[in-house]
Amino acid sequence: MALVPIIAMVRKDLQLFFSDRRAVIMSFLVPIAIASFFGSIFSGPSRNAEPARIAVAIVDQDGSAISRGIVAGAQTDKNLKVSMPTERDARDEVKRGKTMAAVIIPKGFGEAAGKAFFANGDKPPLGMLYDPSHAMELAMVRGVMTEHIMQAVSQEMFGGDQGRALIEQTLPQVQDSTMPDDQKRLLVEMLGSVQKFYNQSPARAAGSAANRGITMPYTVREEAMTAGSNIAYNGYAHSFAGMGIQFLLFAMANLGIEMLLERQKGLWKRVRSAPVSRLTLLAAKCLSGTLISLMTLWVSFAFAMIVFKVRIEGSVLGFVGISIGVATMAASFGLLVAALGNTPASARGVTTFAILIMVMLGGAWVPAFVFPAWMQQFTLIVPVRWAVDGIDAMTWRGIGLSGAVTPIAVLVGFTIAFMTIAATQFRWEEA
Amino acid sequence: MLTVKHLRKSFGAVLAVNDVSFSIESGQILGLLGPNGAGKTTTVSMVAGLLTPDRGDVLVAGQRLAGDTDPSKRRIGLVPQDLALYDELSARDNLRFFGALYSLTGRALDTAIDRVLTLVGLADRARDTVKTFSGGMKRRLNLAAGLLHDPDILLLDEPTVGVDPQSRNAIFDNLEVLKAEGKALLYTTHYMEEVERLADRIVIVDHGTVVADDTLAGLQSRVATVGGGAATLETVFLTLTGRSLRD
Repeated sequence: MALVPIIAMVRKDLQLFFSDRRAVIMSFLVPIAIASFFGSIFSGPSRNAEPARIAVAIVDQDGSAISRGIVAGAQTDKNLKVSMPTERDARDEVKRGKTMAAVIIPKGFGEAAGKAFFANGDKPPLGMLYDPSHAMELAMVRGVMTEHIMQAVSQEMFGGDQGRALIEQTLPQVQDSTMPDDQKRLLVEMLGSVQKFYNQSPARAAGSAANRGITMPYTVREEAMTAGSNIAYNGYAHSFAGMGIQFLLFAMANLGIEMLLERQKGLWKRVRSAPVSRLTLLAAKCLSGTLISLMTLWVSFAFAMIVFKVRIEGSVLGFVGISIGVATMAASFGLLVAALGNTPASARGVTTFAILIMVMLGGAWVPAFVFPAWMQQFTLIVPVRWAVDGIDAMTWRGIGLSGAVTPIAVLVGFTIAFMTIAATQFRWEEA
Repeated sequence: MLTVKHLRKSFGAVLAVNDVSFSIESGQILGLLGPNGAGKTTTVSMVAGLLTPDRGDVLVAGQRLAGDTDPSKRRIGLVPQDLALYDELSARDNLRFFGALYSLTGRALDTAIDRVLTLVGLADRARDTVKTFSGGMKRRLNLAAGLLHDPDILLLDEPTVGVDPQSRNAIFDNLEVLKAEGKALLYTTHYMEEVERLADRIVIVDHGTVVADDTLAGLQSRVATVGGGAATLETVFLTLTGRSLRD
């Protein structure tokens, strides 16, 4: 291969790229802007230990000790941000999407729940209004509320006035009942013990009040599995990987479309009339595309590192390797566009669609772990998936060089496949 | 200098060029005439190495042209019909790129650029982007790009399309200088007066085959006129190719 023509073609492509203000903005500024936006959405709280709170409205129509206990428990829960509107306002807030769910504690709930706790009484209904666009949060609210309701009901039943009254009401009924004597005796002893517990001195009762009732029999020690125990998950690392790859693909598709325009303008006739091999032409185009892609990706990441504190917690060499892998893959994709495209206009439409599909399935917009299981497997056929996962591995996951080997190999494989198709399908003859 | 032997090229079922042969000596201009779709551009493309002939040979100074990287391609310069230039680059940057395709570098490239820009009268606009040029200036730069590597053979495919008389005349002057330097020029056009002025020999093709290969005087002698005077080239052309409309 002749080096002088390759250098000339690369320099020319870079000159053309930087002379096109729109291309530069699209390649550098737009991905930074969009990645910053997505990063702010997906990055979550600044530290791992502090999750985002779910807005929940609680309407207490009961006003009983149990319902007040439920409200108090919910208000201290770190997962919830509780408001106390009227039922009408709560419905309106959920309908407008301002609150994800509203819990309505109806009148008589506390008394009925207490009875249902010991006996097989009717279980009172708890109203739950929810925004259907937040199904995942609804499941979480349901779980959190179950904990607080069980705690409030059991606490009241094992020490509150309502529990005391229920025991006093139940004991004579048991003694007058027709159940077998041995069972009756055991039940009366148990209820009698509970009553003695209620009747202990006020000081001791107050001291143990906090421990009465059913509580969670365990605590959770959470640890975010990132690059290290002191390193928070940084959603910007993922969003800048995704958007960087998306826009470098757009830049390379544009490079391919430029080749179609060059053909239309007769420039390829002039190029092909020179004593330059096809391999040289393809290599030069691939090299210039790779350089532009690398600049696009690395400028985006440099911004993310400076502004959003994104760090390469894994292997720097692996990050560079994956960057080069994705850049060559994108450049060869541009050649594919030039080889398979008929006209610039038709190629632009088709490639825009193809890129959007690739980046969507590749997890560039939202992380692939939110995909259904089958889709997580299926999207492994998309090169963007390997690129995004590879960069994630080298940045916030903090995986070493070994984690970069497979993504690099797959990206090189896609590059070879795209280049082969481009070389065989390219219209080399100029009539 | 350039010999074309029995060239044949078809695109699917369409036979574009069939058994076309001609030759050009150094210091000679050959006018290649033909109606639209006659096979002129296909012939030029095969000579330039852009198309592989189905049959036949292109010989450059006796050497058969073969392959993309054949060194003989350095002896051929192409001036395509389209304005094959990058509008966003300066005239000098365009020429720097096209020169590098022929492995010209450094001082040799700079000298070549200065030479061709001076020849076509654009030396003072070297740093301006091509998009600021008039149509005539672009045509002249298009010619200059084909001359950078100092080829022995110049292929000109309708090089004066859409230019004003001043620019056209300037291009003619350039071509006559190149002819005087001993270069062999293959010139295709629809403008009969251009061929009458420039060509030493004229080849007329129609339906992919050569229907005449002669000097202007020789062609004129083939057609009798009412008054007995010399027929115009246009009359000769229409007599040989017919008056039916083409694509």
